[in-house]
Amino acid sequence: MTILTFTLIMLAGAYVAGLLGSLTGLGGGVVIIPLLTLVFHVDIRYAIGAALLASIANSSGAASAYIKEGITNIRLGMFLEIATTIGAVCGALIAVFTPTNTIAILFGVVLLFSAAMTLRRKNEHALQQGSRLSHVLKLNSSYPTKDGIVHYELKNVAGGFGMMLIAGVLSGLLGIGSGALKVLAMDSAMRIPFKVSTTTSNFMIGVTAAASAVVYLQRGYIDPGIAFPVVLGVLGGAFTGARLLTIMNPRTLRYIFCAAIAFVALEMMYNGIHHQF
Amino acid sequence: MSFLKKLVDRDVEVIVGKMLRYGVFTASGIVLAGGIFYLIQMGNTLVPDYSHFTGEGKGFTTFNGILKGAASFSSTEVIQFGVLVLLATPILRIVMSLGAFALEKDRLYVGITALVLGVILFSMFGGLKV
Repeated sequence: MTILTFTLIMLAGAYVAGLLGSLTGLGGGVVIIPLLTLVFHVDIRYAIGAALLASIANSSGAASAYIKEGITNIRLGMFLEIATTIGAVCGALIAVFTPTNTIAILFGVVLLFSAAMTLRRKNEHALQQGSRLSHVLKLNSSYPTKDGIVHYELKNVAGGFGMMLIAGVLSGLLGIGSGALKVLAMDSAMRIPFKVSTTTSNFMIGVTAAASAVVYLQRGYIDPGIAFPVVLGVLGGAFTGARLLTIMNPRTLRYIFCAAIAFVALEMMYNGIHHQF
Repeated sequence: MSFLKKLVDRDVEVIVGKMLRYGVFTASGIVLAGGIFYLIQMGNTLVPDYSHFTGEGKGFTTFNGILKGAASFSSTEVIQFGVLVLLATPILRIVMSLGAFALEKDRLYVGITALVLGVILFSMFGGLKV
């Protein structure tokens, strides 16, 4: 295969990955890794490097819109980024000593979990009485809805912080944004309304991914020949996805995609167990 | 006073949001330009073997290597330079937030933001490449 054909096919694949990632809410990075490893037989280390870049591009590109609407809780994001960046650096360190097959199996487990997470009931309830720590850290805030400004407070700051550490480690180890885990930490532990937790999670992904990506870049995981089609393709796909989401409700599509992604996750685990990475 | 603070707060947030978007636009523009040159120069050659991890050389992994290559318009290093701009975007966002919290005299959050920046700088210069 020549570089030209490879780049064009990869560009199309990354576009689909970005589109799927945006419609399911999983993020483009998570879909690009199985595409690169299972379809193109690219070493998982190059795939991780490229996926991290895709996550940063997606997160930063989308964050500006949410910030403008005033939904993102910037203080909360900043505070939890302490946990996710420390976790991400640790994850990138552990990655050197982890066999690629183990990484592939772990990736499958996380992907399966993330797909299941998108189907779960969302927390739309705004907590009125937060914990003492949430006041001390000034984490309580408000966000605009159709029915006016909604104030919310949050609890279990320590529990949420701990889950963010794990989300960070997985992000650094597997090269994904691990948005699903971040949302879970904010939704179920800290009781934050769904809209705020998804946008704040997205806001945090760029910084989390950058913390481990600088390590991976120096280790030589980022190849320009792969980075070029992946970054542009995923970004384009995510852009189309965001447009589509405003004109349609992808509930049925989401179920189909999640089933497809669960299948891909099993494939990753199967190949990992049979030492094909 | 509190209203004024709120106003400044929102302004900074909007600027940060814009900065993130411009950063991604700039990075993808550079990657696209480098990519087109790359295809023109190497489009007809065979794809390197990506199924075995060999790691990249100094030209792709160090700041000086990438800058040197990009300055001489070597297509692959131009792509890597775009990658650097992409990586710098969220880091620059933290620096801006640090400035914003300092303007608001929010000491607690100046500390928190500085800590996050410290972690990232450590991962850049801490010699973690192993």
